[in-house]
Amino acid sequence: MTEIDLRDLLSGPEADPAGRAGYTGHPERVGFFTDTSVCIGCKACEVACKEWNAIPEDGLSLTGMSYDNTQGLGGSTWRHVAFIEQSAVTRAPAPPEPAGAVTPGAEVPHPDGRTELRWLMSSDVCKHCTHAACLDVCPTGSLFRTEFGTVVVQEDICNGCGYCVPACPYGVIEQRPSDGRAFKCTMCYDRLGEGMEPACAKACPTDSIQFGPLDELRERAAGRVEQLREAGVTDARLYGEDPEDGVGGDGAFFLLLDEPEVYGLPPDPVVTTRDLPRMWTHAGVAALSLLGGIATAFLSSPAARRGAGTARTGVFGRGLGR
Amino acid sequence: MTDSDVTKDGVRGERAGREATPAGPGPGGTSAERSGPAAGKTDRKRRRGKRRGEEPMVPRAEFGSYYGRPVIKAPGWKATDIAGYFFAGGLAGAGSVLAAGAQLSGRPTTAKAMKLSSLAAVTASTAALIHDLGRPERFANMLRVFKPTSPMSVGSWLLAAYGPAAGAAAVLETTGRLPRINTAATGTAALLGPVVAAYTAVLAADTAVPAWHEAHRELPYLFVSSATAAASGMALVTAPVRENAPARRAALLAAAGEAAAVRLKRRRLGMIAETYERGKAGKLMRAAELLTAGGALGAAVLGRRYRSGAAVSGLALLAGSACTRFGVFHAGIASAEDPAYTVVPQRERRERRAAEAAARVAGGADGDSGARDGQDGQHG
Repeated sequence: MTEIDLRDLLSGPEADPAGRAGYTGHPERVGFFTDTSVCIGCKACEVACKEWNAIPEDGLSLTGMSYDNTQGLGGSTWRHVAFIEQSAVTRAPAPPEPAGAVTPGAEVPHPDGRTELRWLMSSDVCKHCTHAACLDVCPTGSLFRTEFGTVVVQEDICNGCGYCVPACPYGVIEQRPSDGRAFKCTMCYDRLGEGMEPACAKACPTDSIQFGPLDELRERAAGRVEQLREAGVTDARLYGEDPEDGVGGDGAFFLLLDEPEVYGLPPDPVVTTRDLPRMWTHAGVAALSLLGGIATAFLSSPAARRGAGTARTGVFGRGLGR
Repeated sequence: MTDSDVTKDGVRGERAGREATPAGPGPGGTSAERSGPAAGKTDRKRRRGKRRGEEPMVPRAEFGSYYGRPVIKAPGWKATDIAGYFFAGGLAGAGSVLAAGAQLSGRPTTAKAMKLSSLAAVTASTAALIHDLGRPERFANMLRVFKPTSPMSVGSWLLAAYGPAAGAAAVLETTGRLPRINTAATGTAALLGPVVAAYTAVLAADTAVPAWHEAHRELPYLFVSSATAAASGMALVTAPVRENAPARRAALLAAAGEAAAVRLKRRRLGMIAETYERGKAGKLMRAAELLTAGGALGAAVLGRRYRSGAAVSGLALLAGSACTRFGVFHAGIASAEDPAYTVVPQRERRERRAAEAAARVAGGADGDSGARDGQDGQHG
């Protein structure tokens, strides 16, 4: 296998991940398109996901930071609705220099006397990356690519090593504290097999979460962005839909109304294994330099000959024959 | 997550941030104290840029986050398990090379001591791994497949090959039996040892943790230097003065290598280098530098005459190596927990790429060379 092939395998655009994983005659690759412009923050997706997948309770606390008490994706939260409360002043371009009176974060009255405030809501989920770091680094083969092109953990094989957790550039997968094994969204693999859509998409009352063949979703999303921009929502943008991005495109992508990091998403995620060939090369050179360094330390040593006096007659014979 | 962070005074005694993208120096929210310094730094940078009065080609990345919550998940590993695993693996691996060298050059006490220390260290590192996994049979499960894309899988197989070799070398050396098998085991352990010491760097670097991933070029050299420092320290502690010349030299090489790797890393990491300089990681890295340099110098100056001087220097080297591993571990955790270290470098990378794409569209040979640089930066 040439290096080009290896790089290709680890990162870059990939038209057919399921085919690459060995499936022949597999169904179309499916995914989620989450259009956050119509999300109303009802959390039906969170609840439907918990119920269908029988995910244990993972905290009933209040955070005090917003209506978002779920806080983030995790081992027992496979859908998470973010609530972002913004006043326009933090988003507008900085006022020209003399505006020293404006303290950051303070609400600035509009010309018509209103204060500008907006809420962004967005349902986050596992991205089912084209090049999934969690899958690539799993030492037991517990994570696998399904025939639908999605990424699923097999609970009975997961070893609880937790290596997939820091490998994920999106911070999705997590170990469940109660048993140490890693869990994440399966895109309702069991439902897909029966020709049904995932529970979260089924439960979404505004069609913010759309499920379907990925190519079709990408077209629909491009149209929707166009539509919003024409309507004056210039901040509308797609996130994770580009097959040329660091993870080869996401199986679950989003329409966002602000920068990705505002929603807790990384601006430019990269599959960690992209740099793996280089890492192994450096490790190899480092290992050789360790060997060479210690050999040098011995070779330049006159003490061996000065030492016991026996070494002169047969360093190797004495050393190895003991 | 099961306990509420809210008290009568708000979240951890502070009013919670009401905005997901605060404009203040800290990302706000529940992790204000954790994120404060890093965000403060970016703020400082931004202000410096403004004072100069010229708009840089690529606008300085503004830092926004979701209530200061981390973007990626920090590994759930315990420091004693995984940083301890890194340290013990390095001590064992480099120790096997020292043992083989000592055997070849007729230094029987050193050879035996290093073989025993390697066996002890590899046993400790396996125990740490098993403790991390939770149940012994889970280690066996690690060997159900071999996956070159998983450093964890490669490492498990490596350990499964190296452990028995190091064990056989130590046991046969002690009993004095089967000299040929002893030689073969010693040689095998010496060849696999450096890989055991180096692979843990890939294990750390092949993650989304900024302080580890972005240092993937330097970490292997840092790790083998640190492993050599530990092993030569162990040799200085255990071997008589007349045998310790190679260990003293190895210690000097290790200290120089480690200092060089740390400096290179700091230069290339940019903002992320802060995670190695602040908090627990910063203290550990500074202690490591002092202990390793002091140990190597002490060994060079005192180690050739005084048994006690050699032993104290050796202990300093061992402690320095442990501090390096724990420092790297904690820097990684700190960089994962603060969204700034994920978001700001990624934004800068994205904006650099966009600027270069624009330059390319503008045309000309300059644009082309810029694009190539951009690709390099992207890999970094």
